[in-house]
Amino acid sequence: MKKPSQFDAIVVGAGPSGNAAAYVMAKAGLKVLQIERGEYPGSKNVQGAILYANALEEIIPDFRDDAPLERHIIEQRMWMLDDTSFVGTHVRSDDYNKPPYNRYTIIRAQFDKWFSSKVREAGALLICETTVNHLIMDGDQVVGVQCDREQGDVYADVVILADGVNSTLARKAGFHGEIQAGNVALAVKEILFMPEETIRQRFNIGEEEGVVIEMVGRITDGMMGTGFLYTNKESLTIGVGCMLADFKRNPNRTSPYVLLEQMKHHPSIAPLIEGGEMKEYCAHLIPEGGFHAIPQVYGNGWMIVGDSGGFVNSAHREGSNLAMTTGRLAAETVIAAKAAGAGYRAAAFKAYKVALDKSFVMKDLHKYRDMPNVLHNNPQFFTTYPDLVARAARTMITVDGNDKKSKEREVLSSFRKSRSLPGLMGDAYKLWRAFR
Amino acid sequence: MNTPATPDKKPAAPVKKAGGRNLELPEHLKAYKGVWVFLEHDRGHVHSVSWELLGEARKLADKLGSGVAVAVLGGPDEPLEQFAAEAFSYGADKAYVVHDPVLLGYRNEPFTKGLTDLVNRYQPEILLLGATSMGRDLAGSVATTLATGLTADCTELNIDPASRALAATRPTFGGSLLCTIMTLAYRPQMATVRPRVMAMPQPQPDRGGEIVQGTLGMIETDIVTKLLDFIADANSNKINLPYADVIVSGGKGLKNPENFRLVFELARVLGGEVGATRPCVQAGWVEADRQVGQTGKTVRPKLYIAAGVSGAIQHRVGMESSDVIVAINTDPNAPIFDFAHYGIVGNALQVLPALTQAFADHLAMRRKQAA
Amino acid sequence: MHIVVCIKQVPDSAQIRVHPVTNTIMRQGVPAIVNPYDLFSLEEALRLKDRLGGKVTVLCMGPPQAEDALRKCIGYGADDAVLVTDRAFAGADTLATSYALAAGIRQIAKEQAVDIVFTGKQTIDGDTAQVGPGIAKRMGLHLLTYVSRIVDTDLDKRTIVVERRAEGGVQVLKTALPCLVTMLENTNELRFATLPAMIHAAGFPVRKWNREQAGIEDVSKIGLKGSPTVVSKVFGPTPRSEKAEMLELDTSSLRDVSLNLLQKIFTRHPTLEADLLMKEAS
Repeated sequence: MKKPSQFDAIVVGAGPSGNAAAYVMAKAGLKVLQIERGEYPGSKNVQGAILYANALEEIIPDFRDDAPLERHIIEQRMWMLDDTSFVGTHVRSDDYNKPPYNRYTIIRAQFDKWFSSKVREAGALLICETTVNHLIMDGDQVVGVQCDREQGDVYADVVILADGVNSTLARKAGFHGEIQAGNVALAVKEILFMPEETIRQRFNIGEEEGVVIEMVGRITDGMMGTGFLYTNKESLTIGVGCMLADFKRNPNRTSPYVLLEQMKHHPSIAPLIEGGEMKEYCAHLIPEGGFHAIPQVYGNGWMIVGDSGGFVNSAHREGSNLAMTTGRLAAETVIAAKAAGAGYRAAAFKAYKVALDKSFVMKDLHKYRDMPNVLHNNPQFFTTYPDLVARAARTMITVDGNDKKSKEREVLSSFRKSRSLPGLMGDAYKLWRAFR
Repeated sequence: MNTPATPDKKPAAPVKKAGGRNLELPEHLKAYKGVWVFLEHDRGHVHSVSWELLGEARKLADKLGSGVAVAVLGGPDEPLEQFAAEAFSYGADKAYVVHDPVLLGYRNEPFTKGLTDLVNRYQPEILLLGATSMGRDLAGSVATTLATGLTADCTELNIDPASRALAATRPTFGGSLLCTIMTLAYRPQMATVRPRVMAMPQPQPDRGGEIVQGTLGMIETDIVTKLLDFIADANSNKINLPYADVIVSGGKGLKNPENFRLVFELARVLGGEVGATRPCVQAGWVEADRQVGQTGKTVRPKLYIAAGVSGAIQHRVGMESSDVIVAINTDPNAPIFDFAHYGIVGNALQVLPALTQAFADHLAMRRKQAA
Repeated sequence: MHIVVCIKQVPDSAQIRVHPVTNTIMRQGVPAIVNPYDLFSLEEALRLKDRLGGKVTVLCMGPPQAEDALRKCIGYGADDAVLVTDRAFAGADTLATSYALAAGIRQIAKEQAVDIVFTGKQTIDGDTAQVGPGIAKRMGLHLLTYVSRIVDTDLDKRTIVVERRAEGGVQVLKTALPCLVTMLENTNELRFATLPAMIHAAGFPVRKWNREQAGIEDVSKIGLKGSPTVVSKVFGPTPRSEKAEMLELDTSSLRDVSLNLLQKIFTRHPTLEADLLMKEAS
């Protein structure tokens, strides 16, 4: 006997995707209950962290008024590192200094707290330190959730799963299978405190301006992954992440922490972080299976948003904006379903998938669908090529009496010797396939 | 609790803030002179914290050029004059003694009246109490009755030379920082101090003083709260950490509770007590009475051996006054090595048994030599 | 029966860190919790309600975000919650705080007479243990601190009997209602909030009173103005100049290092060896 719904919607999780969903629904007047496992929203969350303003603007247009933002990003550096050097591309523009700013560095814990306060202001009810154990089913319809507290059953018309990369709910309900080690990356990061003045001088930025450095190469010890360095107001965030499967099969058994330590000692990186005092260390899993790893995202009385749906674009290191966008789209679907009054079977939520496909979320994921596979099976992109590129750059730049033509020949021959001509062509094709 | 002023890196002179606050001592309060200690006693003995406070009171009074007195309240037949004589040997010049049947056994009402009456009559500028169950119960009531300032759990007491006011220092924000608090415009300036934070002074047995007898002016029917019974603790199992002169402590670095037996073993050979850090107590590895630190006991043993203890500030403030501190930890960067006297970077599970054997052999050899 | 429990929202000092560069407290990101000592008192109040029926009101003087702490208490089972919040309370020390809370309790009592006031033994950020005794004094409530057990509460006879922890033993005290009780820590185990209670708490309309609504007329007694104690400075502990003398394990055997250490200890503390010899190794 199905119990009556106490709420229009239950949102499991108070991270970016859950907050976006709860906020949009509450603002539209729906009765929303949000359930968070951690002590407070964001306590279980870890992120780089970069905020993509565009995604949040769609939800809270005037977020800049009171959201806790660190620095707005005016310079992006993309580095390819071998053991002693890097070859990089920097993009810096004063256009990025024209408000409204497009990207910011944030401190996850503070941001989530702020976002959550907005959600509650909008009228949603939030309870913390409560874990949802199961979805409650009535036949094949999700009708509520069961929590780890006494009298822990609560019923709603729809349940939105926003419970992150470690989500077990969908798996338990049979909506998708186990997390594959090949579909998930393990990332570690440290926050290093540094006087504001030092950060400004070292990175050549003003009081509110920020720099983002994204890195690939030898720093991941042959594994598929990336490193990053972000400037916050009074601290730097430095981190690295690789596919979990790669950590497992790495012959050196390099742990993520060791990888990070090595990276911090790299001659190109060490001077930037010198003097920083490590005050926070955390690790997290990031879904990186891409398009092919996205599960079924809606059903009878339920939808999945954010990391628990694998909505992460690892090629561009975008996750939180996809999280917020999927949360918003799911919420809009619920609002429409309620207005339509045609029930809450899967058909009512199909519009969510349609909206996803039309949006940058699925379009980008689709574009990069082959990237995880290509990069994973071609470690040369993380080892040989960074070495070759770095050597090539050094060869061309060093003035040592050899003529330029000979140098060019030397560079080309080094590439051919290393990868062979068919190999080079194959690599070019693979990269093209990954990016198209 | 006040919100702290802007933190300085160097000690600074006290800040006289405006904002509608009175920070000048009113004329009529300038007549308040003398440093008092409330003598806490129970079943014939004075609590050592009162003597520790007396030592401090003497130092403060000497800086102020004034006298030290004790206030002692009790039943008609309690040896209060004896306590007063002891107090003189520890540095008091005067003792205000009040005998009364209703003062037999501590109760908040009569003791609050007794102490506040004495204060109002004899007007001390500083009043110190031990931060014990009795002291805290009494201090809060007395301070509110007198509408004056009270600083609790102080770790240091000084006189500010400019204002001649009491500068009371205590930990703040979980022990990570210290703050100095002053009561500038009210008298008496009250402070409580936990046992063992101040050193026990040396008694001078031929020192004398003046006893002033007082009366309470309350009768039993005035007092609503009745003391029905006193159930003494069973002494056999009592852990007396604060007064132990040798303490061996274990921390989470010991990895599991079974390894605490190595700590107990060394303590046994040394005739000492076993202490622990708060995480160990919270994990249920040892009894709460063994906790050393800011929220546990303060200790000042001659020898403190810390095994698997990181030396976080909350633990440090509970034991840093130990005469000799030895630390054993696998982490060469553990903060405890910053303030211990001797350190060994090694596994406590191996070092403790070796130390235990070394001490046992050495003491056995010495005993044979003496025999 | 009507019980008022006074609580305080405090930063979780276990998670407080000092900024390594500026030496200030980093409050951001440190979660605010209900002062843990208050929870023992809250649990005891709820147990009394379970046994004798009645109502538990939680009261807090604090900034607007202290509302969350009150909500938590509703989740545990309190019936009503009042937040006394006003800029005028800022900077209050314990004397000013007890004044404001006493006023709040009097105001609450106007709606329904209060039989027992509970406060926590002390706060983890102030440690003074003064507010409970302060409220009791101001309101003429019989004071029972450091209570380890409530033995009996008789609402008809208007009496209460408790066990109180003292040095060396336990006092058994009997007094009349209304009274003020502070519970010793670890005297009970806080119950778990049920899901319906948490949901109820999430949407509970916490009453907010400014100083007028709390019945406070004399502003000189609250906030900074009403606080006799002044914080004159905040500073980091001075690091000790001498670090530990390290005894190396890799060059000598453990036995040698141990004996070497003993010699150093006994040399440094001349009377220690004699003290140890005098003890009977038990």
